[in-house]
Amino acid sequence: MNLNLTLLGQAISFAIFVWFCMKYVWPPVITALEERSKKIADGLEAANRASRDLELAQEQATQILRESKENAAEIIEQANKRANQMVDEAKEQVIADGKRLREAAQAEIEQDVMRAKEALRAQVSVLAFAGAEKILGATIDEKAHSEIVEQLAKEL
Amino acid sequence: MGIESPTASSYIKHHLQNLTYGQHPDGTWGLAHDAKEAADMGFWAIHVDTMAVSIALGFLFLWLFRKAAKKISTDTPSGLQNFVELMVEFVDGSVKETFHGKSKVIAPLALTIFVWVFLMNFMDLIPVDFLPTAAQWIGVSLFGADPHHVYFKFVPTTDINATLGMSLSVFALIVFYSIKVKGISGFVGELTLQPFGKWMIPFNLLLEGVGLLAKPVSLALRLFGNLYAGELIFILIAILPWGLQWALSVPWAIFHILIIVLQAFIFMMLTIVYLSMAHEDH
Repeated sequence: MNLNLTLLGQAISFAIFVWFCMKYVWPPVITALEERSKKIADGLEAANRASRDLELAQEQATQILRESKENAAEIIEQANKRANQMVDEAKEQVIADGKRLREAAQAEIEQDVMRAKEALRAQVSVLAFAGAEKILGATIDEKAHSEIVEQLAKEL
Repeated sequence: MGIESPTASSYIKHHLQNLTYGQHPDGTWGLAHDAKEAADMGFWAIHVDTMAVSIALGFLFLWLFRKAAKKISTDTPSGLQNFVELMVEFVDGSVKETFHGKSKVIAPLALTIFVWVFLMNFMDLIPVDFLPTAAQWIGVSLFGADPHHVYFKFVPTTDINATLGMSLSVFALIVFYSIKVKGISGFVGELTLQPFGKWMIPFNLLLEGVGLLAKPVSLALRLFGNLYAGELIFILIAILPWGLQWALSVPWAIFHILIIVLQAFIFMMLTIVYLSMAHEDH
């Protein structure tokens, strides 16, 4: 239990050990620890951000889906409308065409009738003259009586 | 332990004697052959065993920690790095809790104290005769020494020189930081002007001076006393009949695991507290 030089020796070695620890042991370890805790914090933050992003993306996806569904419905509706319209138009066209054809046919028929009537009238006057000649046995002045006959024919 | 079976008291004395190198009163230099010769060497002698063991343990500490520090990575740590990080974080936490100033020295200082003192204390758990007998064998067979004169005290912290050496270094730091932070006048003022004001300067100086000097002394004596007593009890257990020894030495060793860690921790904690007090103005 003598106090002696060991005291100084211990103090000196202690100082050297502390110096070495301060210089070469403590800084790298504490830096690494700080870096790691920073890394962990960053990682956690990134994870949070990612989950937030995911949520946002999901929301966006549902919205886009909804919108596209709406769009599709709209397009289908429009297409249906258009189809109906086309059918209607076609129907109208057909009706109009039919009407026109009928009218044309009717006009033609009328024309034919008129033409037949004209022909008939002409024939009637000739027939009347011939009949009258036979009845009267004489020649009738065609000129004198043609007016009467034509009058007659007109009444037909 | 010796070649002839020694008496109990000589066995104990032999175990408590350091291997001392110094100048004999007749002027020659050499190892002391017994306690009286060692005492006669006075201050200019050195405890070879204390120095060798403590320096070896200091190197062990620094080597281990340096090894881990060199290839430290911020990825998942493993093995040695885990252990080193655990220690560093523990010490760093203790320092940050107590010491609020900024200092690059205190945390590494605390780490060194904790691990080094722990390792030196740990020597206490090695059975009392293992290493001294080995040292004796080496001394006898390599140097032809008389087995009775080969002393080897294996626990450096049971040497008051070791604990006082550290605590005086801490004391120097306390004084250094007190003066650095508060200036010489502040430090002197702290010693003389409180607690009773300037009309009681001598009394204040006495009070505060004792308080200041008590710090290193209590620091050194606490560690020394605990370890010395622990070692002494191990030695006492070792002179019991061998069949009985385990029944006492095992519980005492288990209890001692607590003591050695606790004493290392207390030494570290008090150092931090004293240094943080040195940094604070009253």
